[in-house]
Amino acid sequence: MIVATPKSVTELKNTIAQHGKVLFVGCGTCVTVCLAGGEREVGIASYAVRMARKIEGKPLQLSQMTIERQCENEFIKDVAEEAAKVDAIVSFACGAGVQAMAERFPGKPVYPALNTQFLGILEEQAVWTEKCLGCGDCMLAQFGGICPVTRCAKRMLNGPCGGSTEKHCEVSADRPCAWQLIYKRLESVGQLDRLDAIMPPKDWSTAWYSGARQVVRKDHRV
Amino acid sequence: MIQTDREETTATVAGAWEPQVIAFCCNFCAYAAADLAGAKRMQYPVNVRIILTPCTGKIEMEHILDAFEKGIDGILVAGCLEGGCHFIEGNLRARKRTDRIREMLDEIGVGSKRLKMVNFSAAEAPAFVRHVTEIVETVRALGPNPLKKSSQKESAVEA
Repeated sequence: MIVATPKSVTELKNTIAQHGKVLFVGCGTCVTVCLAGGEREVGIASYAVRMARKIEGKPLQLSQMTIERQCENEFIKDVAEEAAKVDAIVSFACGAGVQAMAERFPGKPVYPALNTQFLGILEEQAVWTEKCLGCGDCMLAQFGGICPVTRCAKRMLNGPCGGSTEKHCEVSADRPCAWQLIYKRLESVGQLDRLDAIMPPKDWSTAWYSGARQVVRKDHRV
Repeated sequence: MIQTDREETTATVAGAWEPQVIAFCCNFCAYAAADLAGAKRMQYPVNVRIILTPCTGKIEMEHILDAFEKGIDGILVAGCLEGGCHFIEGNLRARKRTDRIREMLDEIGVGSKRLKMVNFSAAEAPAFVRHVTEIVETVRALGPNPLKKSSQKESAVEA
């Protein structure tokens, strides 16, 4: 799941300061689950921004809606009718959703309401942790399903660094050492022999570092 | 119980601004305490309008924000003592929500002092009277909700 956090009321208000009619659009997928950009959050942000603008003496005409998914044009088309009536759109989606909206409405300013953080999972109520970097070359098979590329601060591929303690990473006391977790996991599944293999330097050409990536699946192209 | 006409009387007859305060009262404690205060003939400011809620945990952030947007001057959220919630942790959740809204109210420009959450039991009628008096006095010192003033400005411009 993509995890995001809301921008402050002040930042949101300043972003749309020049507009009088604005549409707030929520997204019903990842950001709803991480309590950042769903219908409820859009409603609360609407109250806050509308009040702040009223106090400034520049009332804002605000409409709001939440669609199933902002990263697909199939769903974005539901916004078209409302979008035509406003000066600008504020998207409560991840960065992909904001850009999809901007592409779909070329003549309309589209602003982000969230800070997109990472690909992660819910650990406990209201706590999310990053689990995947999207490096394009998944190595989880070798590491018992725990990713050292994401969860080790130094991205060590051949065992822990000297700063590792049994429980914690030296970077942060509340972060578990990924290599400790990998060892325990491989031990529990009887695959400790996997650690005998020396991992060569990772091929980072599949990762983001050469710019935005694209996936083309010829077998599914029409 | 709730006398809806009275606020207009106090506000208009005197000709001066009087604070309008909502008290969201939990059914199991604050509402009973308010009832007891009434039964004991205890005096408290007439500026407060009591809204019965099944639990303070049932009060959504939108309820509070909506009231402020409509021009209420102050809100008191009154729940059970911590650890004594009929629904175990409804009042603890309400505390987190009110804390978050207080931060937002500062950012918005309404001011966090206009919202207060308090905890007391059903037997504490004097605590109810004290908290209501305090919030009314706090709001009186702060002056009218700035949103009320701006909506008056708008209507004056429209007229």
